[in-house]
Amino acid sequence: MINEPFAAGNSLIHNLDPRIRVGLASVYCFVIALAKHTPVLLAAIVISLSLIFITRVNPREIARRLVIVNVLIFLLWAVLPLTYGDPALFRAGPFSISGPGTKLAAQITLKCNAILLAFIALIATMPLVTLGHALNRLRVPAKIVLLLLMTYRYVFVIEQEYHRLLRAARIRGFRPGTNLHTYKTYAYVVGMLFVRAAARAERVNQAMRCRGFNGKFYTLQQFETVRHDWILATIITAMIICLLFLEWSHRA
Amino acid sequence: MWSRRDHRRLTKTDIRRQTNVMHISEGILSGPVLASGMVLAAAGTAIGLKKLDYDRMARAGMLSAAFFVASLIHVPIFPSNVHLILNGIVGLLLGWGAFPAILVALILQAVFFQYGGITTLGVNTLIMALPAVISYGLFGRLIHKRPTIASTAAFACGSLAVLLGALMIGLALMFTEENFWHVSAIVVAAHIPVMIVEGIVTAICVAFLKKVQPTMLPGSARPQTL
Repeated sequence: MINEPFAAGNSLIHNLDPRIRVGLASVYCFVIALAKHTPVLLAAIVISLSLIFITRVNPREIARRLVIVNVLIFLLWAVLPLTYGDPALFRAGPFSISGPGTKLAAQITLKCNAILLAFIALIATMPLVTLGHALNRLRVPAKIVLLLLMTYRYVFVIEQEYHRLLRAARIRGFRPGTNLHTYKTYAYVVGMLFVRAAARAERVNQAMRCRGFNGKFYTLQQFETVRHDWILATIITAMIICLLFLEWSHRA
Repeated sequence: MWSRRDHRRLTKTDIRRQTNVMHISEGILSGPVLASGMVLAAAGTAIGLKKLDYDRMARAGMLSAAFFVASLIHVPIFPSNVHLILNGIVGLLLGWGAFPAILVALILQAVFFQYGGITTLGVNTLIMALPAVISYGLFGRLIHKRPTIASTAAFACGSLAVLLGALMIGLALMFTEENFWHVSAIVVAAHIPVMIVEGIVTAICVAFLKKVQPTMLPGSARPQTL
């Protein structure tokens, strides 16, 4: 099932103003993504891990997500050291392990994990509705926010519909395999999902118009920036500036 | 008979089984590639939003949700399985609206499963949405012709959308670093089975929609909304 395992919680970061979290996360992720020097990336991993530590979310959930992302990174480890070219780290017969290739793969691994951990700590710790409203306050176009909230509202409904269709297929004895019958069944399931989604959208649209919908979702949730928000935001900003300084000093 | 394994295989929306093929992870691409991806995705999204008035908003949101759920479906292809991408169908159903719909689905994916994130959002949106719009432009009108032409066009629509996406991943990697050539080649090759499955599923799905709800498809006699 689709769920948001990190959204509930009570920690310094969970209580931090969502607008600040979105802003800081964006800046921080870009700083890491554009960094070129290994010490900066090591520092970033440490910062991201400490953010995760502050949020006190379930480490097993985080480990599961890290594993999946690192499976993709594993492909780079399998290919880059062998193909990147000279100078070689060492040779064994026809094979040579490329020095720069290994370094690049290691850097990408660090970057990817640092960004992922920061994203979990700062963004995944808020419910999507809060994220939508925070984006709205940060002047993201209203239509995108509306679309995001609509999609979020109905993703669970449609997931249930999907499971209903699957159950129906199952009690008729459907077993997936590599054959045309399977592809046909899945194509019909997908088609039916789209048909039902469109029909539901029409009903929802009519209902919303009846209630005077004018293109805006109102929220009673007020975002407030209190003193401890400013303190935490300043600390994280200071860390980002340190990273930038570290990057710049290595470049010089 | 129906075994536990079959059951698991059928209800695998579980996060552990998620291996999203059509996207680039964080931390790989260079600054210029990320920036150009973002600019192009923003432009596409702006066009898409302009074409979506508030009356079509509910529909776009709902289809985006359906796209999100449908892309969790794993389809077996011996000896492994692939999961559906469906950007071809989304292109057919939404036209330029595919850009905002896919962008939103990717944000949900990032928040729920942490695939991709903030920096690659632009590139990943572009990788899925631009092929969707291109195949909509190429094949949108052909799907109402004779059944043979229509199903060929739908097959081409589905598989071309995947192929173009894979090529764009390859290009993004190559622009980042010329030595990524091998990785790019592997990525494109890995998408060949996906292309075939997507083509078949898209062809059958379009035939299904033509029978069940032809007004959803582009170029039908009645207007698409309401």
